[in-house]
Amino acid sequence: MASLRDIKNRITSTKKTSQITRAMQMVSASKLNRAEMNAKAFVPYMEKIQDVVASIAAGSNETHAMMMTRPVQKTAYLVITSDRGLVGGYNSNILRTVMARINERHTSNDEFVILSVGRKGRDFFAKQGMTILESAIALPDHPTFADIKEITRKAVGMFSDGTYDEVYMYYNHFASAIQQDVTEKKVLPLTDIQATGATASYEFDPSAEAILEVLLPQYAESLIFGAVLDGKASEHAASMTAMKSATDNATDLINGLTLSYNRARQAAITQEITEIVGGAAALE
Amino acid sequence: MQTIKVNIVTPDGPVYDSEVSMVIAVTATGEMGILPGHIPTVAPLGIGAVRLKKDNSTELAAVSGGFLEVRPDKVTILAQSAELATDIDLARAQESARRAEAMLQAHKDEVDFKRAELALKRAMNRINVYEGNI
Repeated sequence: MASLRDIKNRITSTKKTSQITRAMQMVSASKLNRAEMNAKAFVPYMEKIQDVVASIAAGSNETHAMMMTRPVQKTAYLVITSDRGLVGGYNSNILRTVMARINERHTSNDEFVILSVGRKGRDFFAKQGMTILESAIALPDHPTFADIKEITRKAVGMFSDGTYDEVYMYYNHFASAIQQDVTEKKVLPLTDIQATGATASYEFDPSAEAILEVLLPQYAESLIFGAVLDGKASEHAASMTAMKSATDNATDLINGLTLSYNRARQAAITQEITEIVGGAAALE
Repeated sequence: MQTIKVNIVTPDGPVYDSEVSMVIAVTATGEMGILPGHIPTVAPLGIGAVRLKKDNSTELAAVSGGFLEVRPDKVTILAQSAELATDIDLARAQESARRAEAMLQAHKDEVDFKRAELALKRAMNRINVYEGNI
Protein backbone atom coordinates (compact mmCIF):
# COMPACT_ATOMS: atom_id res chain seq x y z
CA MET A 1 0.00 0.00 0.00
CA ALA A 2 1.18 3.47 -0.87
CA SER A 3 2.45 5.52 2.03
CA LEU A 4 0.52 8.45 3.44
CA ARG A 5 2.99 10.89 1.96
CA ASP A 6 2.71 9.34 -1.52
CA ILE A 7 -1.07 9.62 -1.51
CA LYS A 8 -0.90 13.19 -0.21
CA ASN A 9 1.46 14.12 -3.08
CA ARG A 10 -0.82 12.60 -5.66
CA ILE A 11 -3.81 14.43 -4.26
CA THR A 12 -1.96 17.74 -4.40
CA SER A 13 -0.75 17.26 -7.96
CA THR A 14 -4.15 16.10 -9.21
CA LYS A 15 -5.72 19.14 -7.58
CA LYS A 16 -3.27 21.40 -9.39
CA THR A 17 -4.07 19.71 -12.69
CA SER A 18 -7.78 20.10 -12.15
CA GLN A 19 -7.30 23.79 -11.40
CA ILE A 20 -5.58 24.20 -14.75
CA THR A 21 -8.17 22.22 -16.69
CA ARG A 22 -10.97 24.14 -15.01
CA ALA A 23 -9.37 27.44 -15.98
CA MET A 24 -8.92 26.19 -19.56
CA GLN A 25 -12.55 25.15 -19.64
CA MET A 26 -13.66 28.63 -18.67
CA VAL A 27 -11.32 30.26 -21.17
CA SER A 28 -12.75 28.04 -23.93
CA ALA A 29 -16.28 28.83 -22.85
CA SER A 30 -15.72 32.55 -23.27
CA LYS A 31 -13.90 32.05 -26.56
CA LEU A 32 -16.81 29.93 -27.75
CA ASN A 33 -19.13 32.83 -27.00
CA ARG A 34 -17.08 35.18 -29.14
CA ALA A 35 -16.74 32.62 -31.91
CA GLU A 36 -20.49 32.13 -32.03
CA MET A 37 -20.95 35.88 -32.31
CA ASN A 38 -18.42 36.07 -35.14
CA ALA A 39 -20.20 33.27 -36.97
CA LYS A 40 -23.46 35.14 -36.53
CA ALA A 41 -22.01 38.40 -37.83
CA PHE A 42 -20.99 36.58 -40.98
CA VAL A 43 -24.48 35.26 -41.74
CA PRO A 44 -25.92 38.43 -43.40
CA TYR A 45 -22.97 38.65 -45.79
CA MET A 46 -23.25 35.00 -46.74
CA GLU A 47 -27.00 35.14 -47.24
CA LYS A 48 -26.77 38.24 -49.39
CA ILE A 49 -24.00 36.91 -51.57
CA GLN A 50 -25.88 33.64 -52.02
CA ASP A 51 -28.96 35.62 -52.96
CA VAL A 52 -27.22 37.60 -55.65
CA VAL A 53 -25.32 34.63 -57.05
CA ALA A 54 -28.52 32.63 -57.22
CA SER A 55 -30.47 35.40 -58.93
CA ILE A 56 -27.74 35.95 -61.49
CA ALA A 57 -27.55 32.23 -62.13
CA ALA A 58 -31.33 32.12 -62.53
CA GLY A 59 -31.74 35.35 -64.47
CA SER A 60 -29.21 34.69 -67.19
CA ASN A 61 -27.78 31.84 -69.16
CA GLU A 62 -24.29 32.88 -68.31
CA THR A 63 -21.93 30.22 -67.20
CA HIS A 64 -18.51 30.69 -65.83
CA ALA A 65 -15.45 28.45 -65.65
CA MET A 66 -15.91 28.20 -61.90
CA MET A 67 -19.37 26.70 -62.32
CA MET A 68 -18.33 24.11 -64.85
CA THR A 69 -17.45 20.56 -63.99
CA ARG A 70 -14.39 19.45 -65.84
CA PRO A 71 -12.66 16.04 -66.04
CA VAL A 72 -10.94 15.52 -62.73
CA GLN A 73 -7.25 14.90 -62.86
CA LYS A 74 -6.38 16.27 -59.49
CA THR A 75 -8.49 16.84 -56.42
CA ALA A 76 -7.75 19.25 -53.62
CA TYR A 77 -8.78 18.58 -50.05
CA LEU A 78 -9.08 21.62 -47.85
CA VAL A 79 -8.91 20.40 -44.27
CA ILE A 80 -9.66 22.68 -41.34
CA THR A 81 -8.11 21.54 -38.07
CA SER A 82 -6.83 23.26 -34.96
CA ASP A 83 -3.30 24.37 -34.20
CA ARG A 84 -3.04 22.72 -30.82
CA GLY A 85 -4.33 19.65 -29.06
CA LEU A 86 -6.39 19.33 -25.87
CA VAL A 87 -9.55 19.48 -27.97
CA GLY A 88 -10.80 15.93 -27.52
CA GLY A 89 -11.74 14.20 -30.76
CA TYR A 90 -11.90 17.41 -32.78
CA ASN A 91 -8.89 16.75 -34.99
CA SER A 92 -8.90 12.97 -35.04
CA ASN A 93 -12.52 12.84 -36.24
CA ILE A 94 -11.77 15.06 -39.21
CA LEU A 95 -8.48 13.42 -40.13
CA ARG A 96 -10.07 9.98 -39.95
CA THR A 97 -12.90 11.04 -42.26
CA VAL A 98 -10.51 12.62 -44.76
CA MET A 99 -8.24 9.58 -44.76
CA ALA A 100 -11.21 7.29 -45.34
CA ARG A 101 -12.36 9.41 -48.29
CA ILE A 102 -8.89 9.55 -49.77
CA ASN A 103 -8.37 5.81 -49.49
CA GLU A 104 -11.75 5.21 -51.06
CA ARG A 105 -11.17 7.50 -54.02
CA HIS A 106 -7.51 7.45 -54.79
CA THR A 107 -4.86 4.83 -55.29
CA SER A 108 -1.82 7.05 -55.43
CA ASN A 109 -0.66 10.20 -53.69
CA ASP A 110 -0.26 11.93 -57.06
CA GLU A 111 -4.00 12.19 -57.61
CA PHE A 112 -4.69 14.77 -54.95
CA VAL A 113 -3.23 17.59 -52.94
CA ILE A 114 -3.91 18.89 -49.47
CA LEU A 115 -4.64 22.45 -48.42
CA SER A 116 -4.42 22.69 -44.70
CA VAL A 117 -5.76 25.21 -42.25
CA GLY A 118 -4.31 24.38 -38.84
CA ARG A 119 -1.05 22.88 -37.68
CA LYS A 120 -2.45 19.49 -36.66
CA GLY A 121 -3.72 18.73 -40.14
CA ARG A 122 -0.55 19.90 -41.79
CA ASP A 123 1.67 17.75 -39.58
CA PHE A 124 -0.56 14.72 -40.01
CA PHE A 125 -0.64 14.82 -43.81
CA ALA A 126 3.06 15.62 -44.03
CA LYS A 127 3.75 12.47 -42.02
CA GLN A 128 1.64 10.46 -44.48
CA GLY A 129 3.87 11.71 -47.25
CA MET A 130 1.09 13.61 -49.02
CA THR A 131 1.55 16.81 -50.98
CA ILE A 132 0.60 19.88 -49.00
CA LEU A 133 0.21 22.71 -51.45
CA GLU A 134 -0.71 25.44 -49.00
CA SER A 135 -1.16 25.74 -45.31
CA ALA A 136 -2.32 28.43 -42.95
CA ILE A 137 -1.21 27.99 -39.38
CA ALA A 138 -1.31 30.04 -36.20
CA LEU A 139 -4.61 31.70 -37.05
CA PRO A 140 -5.94 33.87 -34.24
CA ASP A 141 -8.76 32.49 -32.12
CA HIS A 142 -11.16 34.85 -33.78
CA PRO A 143 -10.01 35.12 -37.37
CA THR A 144 -11.13 38.05 -39.49
CA PHE A 145 -11.54 37.82 -43.23
CA ALA A 146 -8.16 39.46 -43.72
CA ASP A 147 -6.47 36.65 -41.73
CA ILE A 148 -7.59 33.89 -44.04
CA LYS A 149 -7.68 35.86 -47.28
CA GLU A 150 -4.26 34.55 -48.23
CA ILE A 151 -5.24 30.89 -48.25
CA THR A 152 -8.71 31.37 -49.72
CA ARG A 153 -7.30 33.44 -52.55
CA LYS A 154 -4.72 30.76 -53.31
CA ALA A 155 -7.25 27.95 -53.03
CA VAL A 156 -9.58 29.60 -55.50
CA GLY A 157 -6.74 30.82 -57.73
CA MET A 158 -5.22 27.37 -58.12
CA PHE A 159 -8.57 26.02 -59.18
CA SER A 160 -8.87 28.73 -61.81
CA ASP A 161 -5.39 28.15 -63.21
CA GLY A 162 -5.97 24.42 -63.44
CA THR A 163 -3.66 23.16 -60.69
CA TYR A 164 -6.59 21.00 -59.58
CA ASP A 165 -10.09 20.38 -60.88
CA GLU A 166 -12.21 20.13 -57.78
CA VAL A 167 -12.02 21.20 -54.17
CA TYR A 168 -13.56 19.45 -51.21
CA MET A 169 -13.61 21.05 -47.82
CA TYR A 170 -13.69 19.28 -44.45
CA TYR A 171 -14.50 20.94 -41.17
CA ASN A 172 -16.36 20.40 -37.93
CA HIS A 173 -19.78 21.94 -38.08
CA PHE A 174 -20.85 23.51 -34.82
CA ALA A 175 -24.19 21.91 -34.01
CA SER A 176 -24.19 22.69 -30.29
CA ALA A 177 -21.73 23.15 -27.45
CA ILE A 178 -21.59 19.39 -26.98
CA GLN A 179 -21.97 18.24 -30.56
CA GLN A 180 -19.83 18.96 -33.59
CA ASP A 181 -20.30 17.10 -36.85
CA VAL A 182 -17.61 16.44 -39.41
CA THR A 183 -18.88 18.01 -42.61
CA GLU A 184 -17.79 17.45 -46.17
CA LYS A 185 -18.57 20.17 -48.68
CA LYS A 186 -17.74 20.53 -52.32
CA VAL A 187 -16.54 24.09 -52.79
CA LEU A 188 -15.46 24.14 -56.42
CA PRO A 189 -16.73 23.88 -59.06
CA LEU A 190 -19.80 25.73 -57.83
CA THR A 191 -22.45 23.34 -59.04
CA ASP A 192 -25.04 23.56 -56.31
CA ILE A 193 -26.14 27.16 -56.79
CA GLN A 194 -29.87 27.00 -56.42
CA ALA A 195 -32.07 29.71 -57.76
CA THR A 196 -34.23 31.15 -55.01
CA GLY A 197 -37.90 31.78 -55.67
CA ALA A 198 -38.52 35.50 -55.53
CA THR A 199 -35.67 37.17 -57.32
CA ALA A 200 -35.58 40.51 -58.97
CA SER A 201 -34.18 40.59 -62.47
CA TYR A 202 -31.14 42.79 -62.42
CA GLU A 203 -29.42 45.12 -64.77
CA PHE A 204 -25.78 44.20 -64.95
CA ASP A 205 -23.17 46.86 -65.16
CA PRO A 206 -21.07 46.29 -67.23
CA SER A 207 -22.22 42.71 -68.00
CA ALA A 208 -23.27 39.50 -66.32
CA GLU A 209 -19.96 37.83 -67.17
CA ALA A 210 -17.98 40.65 -65.64
CA ILE A 211 -20.06 40.40 -62.47
CA LEU A 212 -19.63 36.64 -62.25
CA GLU A 213 -15.90 37.15 -62.70
CA VAL A 214 -15.85 39.21 -59.50
CA LEU A 215 -18.63 37.52 -57.66
CA LEU A 216 -17.83 33.82 -57.94
CA PRO A 217 -14.31 33.91 -56.51
CA GLN A 218 -15.68 36.05 -53.70
CA TYR A 219 -18.48 33.58 -53.15
CA ALA A 220 -16.10 30.62 -53.03
CA GLU A 221 -13.81 32.50 -50.67
CA SER A 222 -16.64 33.32 -48.34
CA LEU A 223 -17.73 29.68 -48.31
CA ILE A 224 -14.27 28.83 -47.02
CA PHE A 225 -14.28 31.69 -44.54
CA GLY A 226 -17.65 30.54 -43.22
CA ALA A 227 -16.25 27.05 -42.70
CA VAL A 228 -13.24 28.43 -40.84
CA LEU A 229 -15.52 30.40 -38.50
CA ASP A 230 -17.71 27.35 -38.00
CA GLY A 231 -14.61 25.24 -37.36
CA LYS A 232 -13.29 27.72 -34.82
CA ALA A 233 -16.56 27.69 -32.89
CA SER A 234 -16.42 23.88 -32.92
CA GLU A 235 -12.81 23.95 -31.79
CA HIS A 236 -13.60 26.06 -28.75
CA ALA A 237 -16.65 23.94 -27.96
CA ALA A 238 -14.63 20.72 -28.29
CA SER A 239 -11.89 22.14 -26.11
CA MET A 240 -14.45 23.19 -23.52
CA THR A 241 -16.00 19.73 -23.42
CA ALA A 242 -12.61 18.02 -23.27
CA MET A 243 -11.50 20.23 -20.39
CA LYS A 244 -14.76 19.72 -18.57
CA SER A 245 -14.40 15.95 -18.66
CA ALA A 246 -10.76 16.28 -17.61
CA THR A 247 -11.85 18.34 -14.61
CA ASP A 248 -14.56 15.81 -13.77
CA ASN A 249 -12.10 12.95 -14.01
CA ALA A 250 -9.65 14.78 -11.78
CA THR A 251 -12.40 15.35 -9.20
CA ASP A 252 -13.26 11.64 -9.23
CA LEU A 253 -9.61 10.75 -8.84
CA ILE A 254 -9.23 13.16 -5.93
CA ASN A 255 -12.27 11.68 -4.20
CA GLY A 256 -10.90 8.16 -4.57
CA LEU A 257 -7.47 9.22 -3.36
CA THR A 258 -8.88 11.11 -0.37
CA LEU A 259 -10.76 7.95 0.62
CA SER A 260 -7.64 5.81 0.51
CA TYR A 261 -5.68 8.57 2.26
CA ASN A 262 -8.15 8.59 5.15
CA ARG A 263 -8.17 4.83 5.23
CA ALA A 264 -4.38 4.72 5.41
CA ARG A 265 -4.34 7.39 8.10
CA GLN A 266 -6.90 5.45 10.14
CA ALA A 267 -4.86 2.28 9.74
CA ALA A 268 -1.73 4.08 10.89
CA ILE A 269 -3.47 5.47 13.99
CA THR A 270 -4.96 2.09 14.86
CA GLN A 271 -1.56 0.52 14.51
CA GLU A 272 0.03 3.13 16.77
CA ILE A 273 -2.62 2.59 19.46
CA THR A 274 -2.14 -1.17 19.26
CA GLU A 275 1.59 -0.69 19.66
CA ILE A 276 1.18 1.64 22.66
CA VAL A 277 -1.30 -0.69 24.33
CA GLY A 278 0.97 -3.65 23.60
CA GLY A 279 3.97 -1.76 25.03
CA ALA A 280 2.03 -0.79 28.16
CA ALA A 281 0.87 -4.36 28.64
CA ALA A 282 4.42 -5.60 28.41
CA LEU A 283 5.48 -3.24 31.23
CA GLU A 284 2.92 -4.58 33.69
CA MET B 1 -37.81 63.72 -49.14
CA GLN B 2 -37.58 60.18 -50.42
CA THR B 3 -34.92 57.98 -48.89
CA ILE B 4 -33.32 54.67 -49.69
CA LYS B 5 -32.08 52.07 -47.23
CA VAL B 6 -28.36 51.33 -47.35
CA ASN B 7 -26.63 48.30 -45.91
CA ILE B 8 -22.90 47.76 -45.98
CA VAL B 9 -21.95 44.22 -44.99
CA THR B 10 -18.55 42.55 -44.80
CA PRO B 11 -17.57 39.00 -43.81
CA ASP B 12 -16.66 40.40 -40.38
CA GLY B 13 -20.13 41.77 -39.81
CA PRO B 14 -22.44 44.63 -40.82
CA VAL B 15 -20.78 48.04 -40.99
CA TYR B 16 -23.58 50.43 -41.87
CA ASP B 17 -27.34 50.36 -41.90
CA SER B 18 -29.34 53.55 -42.39
CA GLU B 19 -31.68 55.55 -44.61
CA VAL B 20 -30.01 58.03 -46.96
CA SER B 21 -31.16 60.20 -49.82
CA MET B 22 -28.39 59.32 -52.27
CA VAL B 23 -25.53 56.87 -52.59
CA ILE B 24 -22.49 57.49 -54.78
CA ALA B 25 -20.10 54.60 -55.29
CA VAL B 26 -17.11 53.88 -57.48
CA THR B 27 -17.92 50.89 -59.66
CA ALA B 28 -15.69 49.11 -62.12
CA THR B 29 -17.01 51.24 -64.97
CA GLY B 30 -17.00 54.59 -63.18
CA GLU B 31 -18.86 56.53 -60.55
CA MET B 32 -22.48 55.65 -60.04
CA GLY B 33 -25.06 57.66 -58.16
CA ILE B 34 -28.15 55.93 -56.86
CA LEU B 35 -31.36 57.66 -55.90
CA PRO B 36 -34.48 56.03 -54.46
CA GLY B 37 -36.41 54.08 -57.08
CA HIS B 38 -33.39 52.97 -59.08
CA ILE B 39 -33.92 49.85 -61.22
CA PRO B 40 -32.45 46.63 -59.81
CA THR B 41 -28.76 46.59 -60.66
CA VAL B 42 -25.66 44.67 -59.77
CA ALA B 43 -22.22 46.18 -60.31
CA PRO B 44 -18.74 45.29 -59.09
CA LEU B 45 -17.03 47.90 -56.93
CA GLY B 46 -13.50 49.14 -57.25
CA ILE B 47 -11.31 50.31 -54.43
CA GLY B 48 -12.80 53.63 -53.50
CA ALA B 49 -15.03 55.74 -51.36
CA VAL B 50 -18.76 55.36 -50.96
CA ARG B 51 -20.56 58.63 -50.31
CA LEU B 52 -23.76 58.39 -48.33
CA LYS B 53 -25.74 61.62 -48.62
CA LYS B 54 -28.30 62.51 -46.01
CA ASP B 55 -30.25 65.75 -45.85
CA ASN B 56 -27.38 68.09 -45.10
CA SER B 57 -24.51 65.83 -44.30
CA THR B 58 -22.44 63.33 -46.22
CA GLU B 59 -20.93 60.24 -44.66
CA LEU B 60 -17.95 58.51 -46.20
CA ALA B 61 -16.92 54.88 -46.18
CA ALA B 62 -13.82 53.23 -47.62
CA VAL B 63 -14.59 49.96 -49.37
CA SER B 64 -12.48 47.51 -51.30
CA GLY B 65 -13.27 44.41 -53.27
CA GLY B 66 -16.94 43.74 -53.55
CA PHE B 67 -20.09 44.62 -55.37
CA LEU B 68 -23.20 46.68 -55.14
CA GLU B 69 -26.72 45.36 -55.33
CA VAL B 70 -29.46 47.88 -55.95
CA ARG B 71 -33.18 47.35 -55.52
CA PRO B 72 -35.76 50.14 -55.80
CA ASP B 73 -35.94 50.63 -52.03
CA LYS B 74 -32.64 49.21 -50.90
CA VAL B 75 -28.93 49.28 -51.65
CA THR B 76 -26.64 46.55 -50.37
CA ILE B 77 -22.90 46.88 -50.58
CA LEU B 78 -21.05 43.61 -50.13
CA ALA B 79 -17.37 44.27 -49.62
CA GLN B 80 -14.45 42.23 -48.44
CA SER B 81 -13.56 45.15 -46.25
CA ALA B 82 -15.38 48.37 -45.47
CA GLU B 83 -14.91 51.06 -42.86
CA LEU B 84 -16.72 54.27 -42.10
CA ALA B 85 -14.48 57.33 -42.05
CA THR B 86 -14.83 57.53 -38.28
CA ASP B 87 -13.68 53.91 -37.81
CA ILE B 88 -10.54 54.12 -39.90
CA ASP B 89 -7.27 53.47 -38.14
CA LEU B 90 -5.18 56.22 -39.73
CA ALA B 91 -1.85 55.08 -38.29
CA ARG B 92 -2.38 51.60 -39.67
CA ALA B 93 -3.32 52.87 -43.10
CA GLN B 94 -0.23 55.09 -43.21
CA GLU B 95 1.94 52.20 -42.09
CA SER B 96 0.63 49.91 -44.85
CA ALA B 97 1.00 52.69 -47.42
CA ARG B 98 4.66 53.00 -46.41
CA ARG B 99 5.14 49.25 -46.61
CA ALA B 100 3.52 49.06 -50.03
CA GLU B 101 5.67 51.92 -51.30
CA ALA B 102 8.80 50.18 -50.06
CA MET B 103 7.76 47.04 -51.91
CA LEU B 104 7.15 49.00 -55.10
CA GLN B 105 10.62 50.50 -54.78
CA ALA B 106 12.15 47.05 -54.34
CA HIS B 107 11.00 45.97 -57.85
CA LYS B 108 10.31 42.36 -57.13
CA ASP B 109 8.53 40.00 -59.51
CA GLU B 110 5.30 40.94 -61.18
CA VAL B 111 2.88 39.28 -58.75
CA ASP B 112 4.36 41.10 -55.77
CA PHE B 113 4.33 44.32 -57.72
CA LYS B 114 0.64 44.03 -58.47
CA ARG B 115 -0.18 43.17 -54.90
CA ALA B 116 1.82 46.07 -53.56
CA GLU B 117 0.07 48.37 -55.98
CA LEU B 118 -3.33 47.20 -54.77
CA ALA B 119 -2.27 47.47 -51.15
CA LEU B 120 -1.09 51.02 -51.76
CA LYS B 121 -4.36 51.87 -53.44
CA ARG B 122 -6.35 50.51 -50.51
CA ALA B 123 -4.22 52.37 -47.99
CA MET B 124 -4.46 55.65 -49.92
CA ASN B 125 -8.21 55.18 -50.19
CA ARG B 126 -8.48 54.80 -46.42
CA ILE B 127 -6.33 57.86 -45.80
CA ASN B 128 -8.33 59.95 -48.25
CA VAL B 129 -11.63 58.86 -46.77
CA TYR B 130 -10.36 59.56 -43.27
CA GLU B 131 -9.37 63.07 -44.25
CA GLY B 132 -12.62 63.59 -46.15
CA ASN B 133 -10.51 64.38 -49.16
CA ILE B 134 -12.68 63.00 -51.96
